[in-house]
Amino acid sequence: MTALDVAQTSEQPTRAPAATLTPKMAERAPAAKPALPPKVQIRDLKFYYKDFLAINGVTLELQDKAVTAFIGPSGCGKSTLLRVLNRIYELYPHQRATGEVLVDGRNILDPGLDLNLLRARIGMVFQKPTPFPMSIYDNVAFGIRLYESLSTAPMDERVESALRRAALWDEVKDKLRQSGLSLSGGQQQRLCIARAIAVKPEVLLLDEPASALDPISTQRIEELIAELKSDYCIAIVTHNMQQAARSSDFTAFLYLGELIEFDETEAIFTHPKKRQTEDYITGRFG
Amino acid sequence: MDRRAAIATAVTIALLGLGIVAFGRSPLAGAITALPLIAAVWLWAIWGGLSPYARRRATNVVVLTLSFGATGLGVLVLALILGDLIWNGLSALNLDFFAQSTPASGSVGGGMLNAIYGSAVMTGVATLVGSPVGILAGTFLAEYGRGNPIAPVIRFINDILLSAPSIIVGLFIYQVMVLRMGHFSAWAGSAALAILVVPVVVRTTEDMLNLVPNSLREAAVALGTPKWKVIVSVTYRAAMQGMLTGVMLAVARIAGETAPLLFTAVNNQFWSTDMNSWMANLPVVIFQFALSPDANWQRLAWGGALLVTVTILALNIAARLLASWRSFSR
Repeated sequence: MTALDVAQTSEQPTRAPAATLTPKMAERAPAAKPALPPKVQIRDLKFYYKDFLAINGVTLELQDKAVTAFIGPSGCGKSTLLRVLNRIYELYPHQRATGEVLVDGRNILDPGLDLNLLRARIGMVFQKPTPFPMSIYDNVAFGIRLYESLSTAPMDERVESALRRAALWDEVKDKLRQSGLSLSGGQQQRLCIARAIAVKPEVLLLDEPASALDPISTQRIEELIAELKSDYCIAIVTHNMQQAARSSDFTAFLYLGELIEFDETEAIFTHPKKRQTEDYITGRFG
Repeated sequence: MDRRAAIATAVTIALLGLGIVAFGRSPLAGAITALPLIAAVWLWAIWGGLSPYARRRATNVVVLTLSFGATGLGVLVLALILGDLIWNGLSALNLDFFAQSTPASGSVGGGMLNAIYGSAVMTGVATLVGSPVGILAGTFLAEYGRGNPIAPVIRFINDILLSAPSIIVGLFIYQVMVLRMGHFSAWAGSAALAILVVPVVVRTTEDMLNLVPNSLREAAVALGTPKWKVIVSVTYRAAMQGMLTGVMLAVARIAGETAPLLFTAVNNQFWSTDMNSWMANLPVVIFQFALSPDANWQRLAWGGALLVTVTILALNIAARLLASWRSFSR
């Protein structure tokens, strides 16, 4: 099943087949997605905060080497959905998820799974930049040191390549020993991205990565996302509709814990099939 | 003249009359006693006549004045104590003060070397023993205590210990250590002080760790960091200054404690480094010397008091500086 199939099949009960859309999407689908198996398959995911059902049976797939955006009004469950994918919600008691989340076919909700290894494979960047109180170099090296014991030269290389990948190298190469907290907000966020990709994850989760940043920093982060897409499966939560439209390939619209619509980004923004989606992206509610 | 002012005037006259009559022979004392009540009535009278905005401004002026007054009073008391100590104590501070042990009663000269040494050693041992216990317990409360029903109980008990009279701690150590060992000792003194260190450090450690934003922990966990490593490498680092400040405040707290040492290390007239026997220390020596009629002892007591106060003040100031100095922000 591809993302498109999910969107279409879930669509059928509510609406007659959209004659105008189907051919167009069928044309575009092969070009956008050359038959890669989905990296992440979420099946009938339910999530509870104590007794409160925050996500109610979401099923969708994330393609590898593509950006999938989760949009929706505050409290719709989009951040929660992201936090299930690396099971970081387990830090807190009374939060639990049911259903299946398959990464490369393996269910990561399996209780026997080693969470640290899972999180090394699935990197995450948060809304607010969170540099550790240590040097820029150590910030990037921190995650690498958890899993590999590299000598100085290869470590230097890894740190440099991560910082280059995060488009930060030129700005920090002369002050690697300075505190990560000495950087500007936008630089700090790129440092966090460098730190996340330094451990060579396969999936990158971005939880509103640019919402605390100024427009120029935001633009840099978006460029970076476009750049990183070639290597990772990226899921991004955003409040910013333009950002979703600009930087994602697929978009999932969530509302009140349910997946309302999931499709290619262009389709969502040009021909939304559901009334709620249209209302949301045109700013009529949310 | 509005109604309120009329009432206030009437009450003023009544109160003044009542005061003067009631106090009989000293009408002035009666008037003065009535003054606060009269002031309150007038305040009420003026208050009622003001517009809400003027009332708000007046509140500001009144509260600000009271605040400044209270602050001034506090500073004044501190200044008087310090001034008194410096005035009387400075003359006792000379080379001998730091180089010689406590003199016999009736002799001249002498110093506090044995007491300074004893205080430093017992404070040091207590800090070395008490701080790790406090830091570990504080870490448990902040990092593992969430959702654990025993954590609030521990926190509550710790708060009780924090405010427990230190003489109780001294008596406790007397019971469990001194009586069993059969003699007073510097170890017992250190143990009593260590018990005082623990609750202070537990409290500050927990508070400081709670100040570390959860987002930082999440960021570390999201890299696949095991929990212990998150705490040691990220959370401790972020809270380091605050935790050190807590330890310094604990040192400052025990450096001047007398009561717990009265039943444990007691005192020692002579130079001694034996942790298994009685040991001199500044607070108890000050206590003993200040009570004596010997002028030389009294002089030394002033010097000791100045030394202890300045040390504690310096520790507190250092703790403040440390807390405000953000090593990682620049």
